[in-house]
Amino acid sequence: MALLEIENLTVEFGGGSNPFRAVEEVSYTLEKGEVLGIVGESGSGKSVSSLAVMGLVSFPGKVTASRMAFDGVDLQTLSPRQRRKLTGSDVAMIFQEPMTSLNPCFTVGYQITEALKIHQGGTRAERKARAVDLLGQVGIPDPASRLGTFPHQLSGGMSQRVMIAMAIACDPRLLVADEPTTALDVTIQAQIMDLLLTLQRERGMAMLLITHDLAVVAEAAHRVVVMYAGQVVESGSVPAIFDHPRHPYTKALLAALPERAIGAERLNTIPGVVPGAHDRPKGCLLAPRCPHVQDRCRTERPPLEDGPDQSRVRCFYPLDPDGVPTA
Amino acid sequence: MISFVLRRALLVIPAFIGVTLLTFALVHLIPGDPVLMLAGERGISVERHAELMTQLGLDQPLWLQYATYLGNAIQGNLGKSIVTHRPVTEEFLTLFPATLELSFCAITFAILLGIPAGVLAAVKRGTILDHGVMVVSLTGYSMPIFWWGLLLIMLVSGILGWTPVSGRMDPTIWMDSVTGFMLIDSLLTKEPGAFSSAIRHLILPSLVVGTIPLAVIARMTRSAMLEVLGEDYVRTARAKGVSPLKVVMVHALRNALIPVITVIGLQTGVLLAGAILTETIFAWPGVGKWLVESIGRRDYPAVQGGILLIATVVILVNLLVDVLYGVVNPRIRYRR
Ligand SMILES: Nc1ncnc2c1ncn2[C@@H]1O[C@H](COP(=O)(O)OP(=O)(O)OP(=O)(O)O)[C@@H](O)[C@H]1O
Ligand SMILES: [Mg+2]
Repeated sequence: MALLEIENLTVEFGGGSNPFRAVEEVSYTLEKGEVLGIVGESGSGKSVSSLAVMGLVSFPGKVTASRMAFDGVDLQTLSPRQRRKLTGSDVAMIFQEPMTSLNPCFTVGYQITEALKIHQGGTRAERKARAVDLLGQVGIPDPASRLGTFPHQLSGGMSQRVMIAMAIACDPRLLVADEPTTALDVTIQAQIMDLLLTLQRERGMAMLLITHDLAVVAEAAHRVVVMYAGQVVESGSVPAIFDHPRHPYTKALLAALPERAIGAERLNTIPGVVPGAHDRPKGCLLAPRCPHVQDRCRTERPPLEDGPDQSRVRCFYPLDPDGVPTA
Repeated sequence: MISFVLRRALLVIPAFIGVTLLTFALVHLIPGDPVLMLAGERGISVERHAELMTQLGLDQPLWLQYATYLGNAIQGNLGKSIVTHRPVTEEFLTLFPATLELSFCAITFAILLGIPAGVLAAVKRGTILDHGVMVVSLTGYSMPIFWWGLLLIMLVSGILGWTPVSGRMDPTIWMDSVTGFMLIDSLLTKEPGAFSSAIRHLILPSLVVGTIPLAVIARMTRSAMLEVLGEDYVRTARAKGVSPLKVVMVHALRNALIPVITVIGLQTGVLLAGAILTETIFAWPGVGKWLVESIGRRDYPAVQGGILLIATVVILVNLLVDVLYGVVNPRIRYRR
């Protein structure tokens, strides 16, 4: 049984007759100990869909799904209280902006021990010792003396390490990492990514790695989900998708990678922009930007179809291994 | 932290000098001859006039007069009341506990009601509850204190008869003044019913003095909470599995309190201004009522000294609030 099963997850903002679908019928599964990359342009719904998985979409947002299960437990039938028992313990999350994600009014020690207090109890001294141990595990030098520091005394990289320590405090089986390195210096990015992958391997923890950097996915993930305008357009194993992208959007994303552009005079970019709340096409959402668009694409929404080896693609005319649209 | 407090304390000096300049100017800008004023309608001979001018130091250059005034003020010597011939500082200090007690009860009432109301309005934003809190607080803010006080006296004391109309203590209860604070004194005395009488006398005036601060605190808490609730660290707290109540009351409120505390500090000035009117309405024997009476009696030393002392209290309370601000906000505490 998969650790996380998501089927037809939809998140809508704004009520009335025409709500904006930030996430539309997203489906994926995540096995125990597996790293699943979620890639897509800015605004494609990566954050919102993972917040929905965490149960953190707040008021105006409306979450629906035909199935959302963690370790076989249907998340939608849990009471808010039961749900909170999972969040922060079995399922933890780290965010894109480490500097603003820590509470400026509380010490690092307080913020780490808080999660321990909620989910594991124990004595004050035990929690403190555990916090020191965790800070050591995420590579913070002289951890014992760091417990009393406030977030504004930490650099971005240090803040993200503290966030990671907080997230792994209760030994989660799933870690959701929403662009964990985007806000950091390039030199620090690699260190944080290494740290996350080491922790993931050592603990056999599954990870949902959200990024817009395909190079990171290629290096770190086993499988990948490509999102566009709130939808999953393609998913499958990393080698398969990198070798033979079947969706025109995936192909365009790969072509935009700098290392694939060697010899080309300039970087390949995808012309056009992601449709917003008010200009969503009637047919395939990529239709206005797709180089292979057909008449049918403009009038009908393609479904997400199963392919070989657990792969899926949302296209009427998926590309064959030579990059030519099939009929 | 100590250097932070010291730096803040140093700022008190220029503020104090500014206030002495103002109170000094106040008396010297009032048109008319102070000696003639003293003499009243009986008139005065030219020799006696010159003698009094020298005696009061009014024939000296202005800067020297100010220097003398400032020097005396620093030593706590603010002259003698023309009417009672007692030192102004002494009169002030006997009456000040009554004002302090009233202001303290008023601000406590405003904080205890205003912060929860603001938090509730923010958490339930857009609901009837939110709109209700906002409308009530706007009404409270716009209420003329004089009218509001009289209205409450008529309603609660007059028609309903729930609270006494004026004063600090039932006249049938006789007790020693130990601290000057009725709430404490009434507990120290053996008189039965003294404490409950002290409380019943405090309720209406505290409500009147506290109304504007309450409105301001509620609105400020609401807007600060609304801002803080959208912050990333609130989401982080929820991601840890912190219960909604604790997310609001611990993670969000602690941050929202920073601007709220500043506002509370600024309200002390409003509070004392409110006390001046309210004490008059409720015949509350505090410095506010005394100041109004001194103005009526043209007791200039008392007015001058009273204003200086009240202003000093406001400055000191603001210093206290600044220090508290540093305690709540670690980013301030550690800045060099
Ligand atoms: N609270 C909200 N209310 C209304 N719309 C929202 C809200 N949160 C997100 N959205 C919208 O949902 C869409 C998807 O946003 P999301 O943050 O998931 O994108 P993303 O893929 O994470 O982008 P990025 O790479 O910039 O982080 C965006 O169009 C965004 O404007
Ligand atoms: Mg995002």
